[in-house]
Amino acid sequence: MSTPIDVATTVKGAAPKAAADPKDEITLIANKWKNKRGSLIMALHDLQSRVGYVPRESAMRLGREMGVPLARIYEVVTFYNYFKLEAPGKYVISVCLGTACHIKGSAELLAGMEKELNVHEGQSTPDKEYHLQAVRCLGCCGLAPLVSVNGKVYAKLKTNDSHHVIERIQIDKPMAEADHESLAE
Amino acid sequence: MKPEELEVKAAAELAKQQAFDVRLFTCSSRGCQSSEALGVITGLKAELKAKHLESRVQVNGSGCMGLCSKGPLVRMTSKTQKDILFSEIKPEMAGMIVDQVVVPVLEGKKIEKPGGDLERHTLNLSDPFFAMQVYSVLENNGKMDPEKLDDYIARDGYKALRKALTMSAEDICKEMLASGLRGRGGAGFPTGLKWDLTRNVESEVKYIICNGDEGDPGAFMDGSVLEGDPHAVIEGMLIAARAMNATNGVFYIRAEYPLAVERVEKALRQARAAGLIGKNVMDSGWAFDFEIRLGAGAFVCGEETALIASIEGKRGTPRPRPPFPAVKGLWDQPSCINNVETLANVPIILQKGAQWFASRGTEKSKGTKLFALTGKSKNNGLVEVPMGMTLRDVIEKIGGGTDSGLKIKAIQTGGPSGGMIPEHQFDTPVSYENLQQLGSMMGSGGMIVIDEHDSVVELAQFYLDFCVDESCGKCAPCRIGGTQMLHLLNKIVDGKGTAEDIKTIRKVAKAMQKASLCALGQTAPNPTLSAIRHFEHEFTERLLPVATTKA
Repeated sequence: MSTPIDVATTVKGAAPKAAADPKDEITLIANKWKNKRGSLIMALHDLQSRVGYVPRESAMRLGREMGVPLARIYEVVTFYNYFKLEAPGKYVISVCLGTACHIKGSAELLAGMEKELNVHEGQSTPDKEYHLQAVRCLGCCGLAPLVSVNGKVYAKLKTNDSHHVIERIQIDKPMAEADHESLAE
Repeated sequence: MKPEELEVKAAAELAKQQAFDVRLFTCSSRGCQSSEALGVITGLKAELKAKHLESRVQVNGSGCMGLCSKGPLVRMTSKTQKDILFSEIKPEMAGMIVDQVVVPVLEGKKIEKPGGDLERHTLNLSDPFFAMQVYSVLENNGKMDPEKLDDYIARDGYKALRKALTMSAEDICKEMLASGLRGRGGAGFPTGLKWDLTRNVESEVKYIICNGDEGDPGAFMDGSVLEGDPHAVIEGMLIAARAMNATNGVFYIRAEYPLAVERVEKALRQARAAGLIGKNVMDSGWAFDFEIRLGAGAFVCGEETALIASIEGKRGTPRPRPPFPAVKGLWDQPSCINNVETLANVPIILQKGAQWFASRGTEKSKGTKLFALTGKSKNNGLVEVPMGMTLRDVIEKIGGGTDSGLKIKAIQTGGPSGGMIPEHQFDTPVSYENLQQLGSMMGSGGMIVIDEHDSVVELAQFYLDFCVDESCGKCAPCRIGGTQMLHLLNKIVDGKGTAEDIKTIRKVAKAMQKASLCALGQTAPNPTLSAIRHFEHEFTERLLPVATTKA
């Protein structure tokens, strides 16, 4: 039996290390996953968690190293909502539009965030500081409505809390690899 | 690990636990973590260290204790008195809990009910929310740290696997069939039968797959179980593997559940190190191990064949059945896909017996069901109720009704595949058949409460919009039918619809139900149809006045 691969960091996001050569990261990812059958999605998760999205050049290189045609990679990244094809802003604000959140006013919350940041859902602010997106159900329904910013959840929000959320982001500066226990107040 | 070592380990762990006078369990599920539950744990540990009480008081994480809207929850268990459940605890309140409750309890005092500031941060365990639930799958929550294997073993963990290793595959299937356990993912297929069908297919490679995709918006039961009791699911899968002679296990978990992935991975590492999985399961000579694969934000991948495609690294598009996965599944090998909650029930059934399990519930729906009770429900969170309990008891007694000040209009069960159940039907006992007869379905367990101010038309639109977005696009009935139906529903929501549009919606719905390739397309019309069935006036009052309607 082959040694199991550590999956949790694949999705949580290893801290984006400033690799000596970014190309080395692709090789690392390819070597990690290429001997596992059907592991394309896992490899793409690995890539996105390090870089924030799936850059075309990286996809091409990953394809070459894993022996997967670029067309196959694009079939997958364009199908699954999780993968981004463009670099998002620094703080990815995911507004949950699950049913419980919807009943509690998430649509208004999203509209408020769009107004606050002056972007449409799915866009980044021009300074690339924020990216606003809607997501389907994060699974914290008892605390609806809520947003997740780089994995940090802000729950039990009021529908006019958009400004408050931005303020909290500036204080907490949540990053994907942030230690949950460093809760700056 | 040798089979007899289970008792040794359990005894050792229980002795360790007994050494503590007080044990504290803080919910460390994702929801409570977002409200700084980990800070509460750190705070409690720091307070106890400062007072040199670490040898007398144990601080643990815990699985979901149910009342998510009042989280983070902290449960105190002690040798000398009844449990106390604290709610909405912030890290800075750790000192209060230690000084005002833990210390007095350690000194032998009885605290009936904490006073002062903690009074409004204490929940009554005799409240119907707790007292009326029947804990089976959630039994370990509030009493066990999900990140400690020994804790699970001390609570009879892996004894069911030990028993299964002495049984024939056929007998395990028979036991599961006798229990009446049905798939908790929503379809309600008899688990024992699914296992038996897979068992009967000869193959050198066979897969048991845990469906942790839980794509229904508003549902978080499976995520909570994976976070709160991962070993129960692992044990369930091992037993399932024995029942059908499977050779490999796969966990498919949605990427939006990073904590669940982490907990399962940790549990697998612990189990491997303890010899409970790996080259020699419990010294039996049987080799079995697991892989974890992630979803990537596609609701359709909760469907069996789409899930398989996703594990194979492809677009998650379903394929026609037959052949069913039991015959030709992952990598064309026989595969059995089971829901998380279904698997979590398995060790309990093998330990306590099929008869015990079947003694709860209705004639055709046995056991208990987890529900995610949310929306306008006063008590918002995760509940476990016996099949056969009336919806009214669940919503009004356990759920506490609503505190919106408005009447409850209906509930929505079954997610995007389900339907609305109006208030006057709430005396219906919960069962697969009953909910289906009402035009809804059990589904995975999402139960959204809506009140007078919520529009069923817009809720139907919400669900249909979701299905259209999530449609894989492979088959025309779903791809085109869904889009057309949504277009008409949008017209109605915008006040531009006609009676003819409602007729067309019904026709399109019928086509989707009969001809779609998978259950996404087949059930996408359900919320709309059930809304029209039970609340037709809400649709007709939005239509264009008859004079302006085309002939």
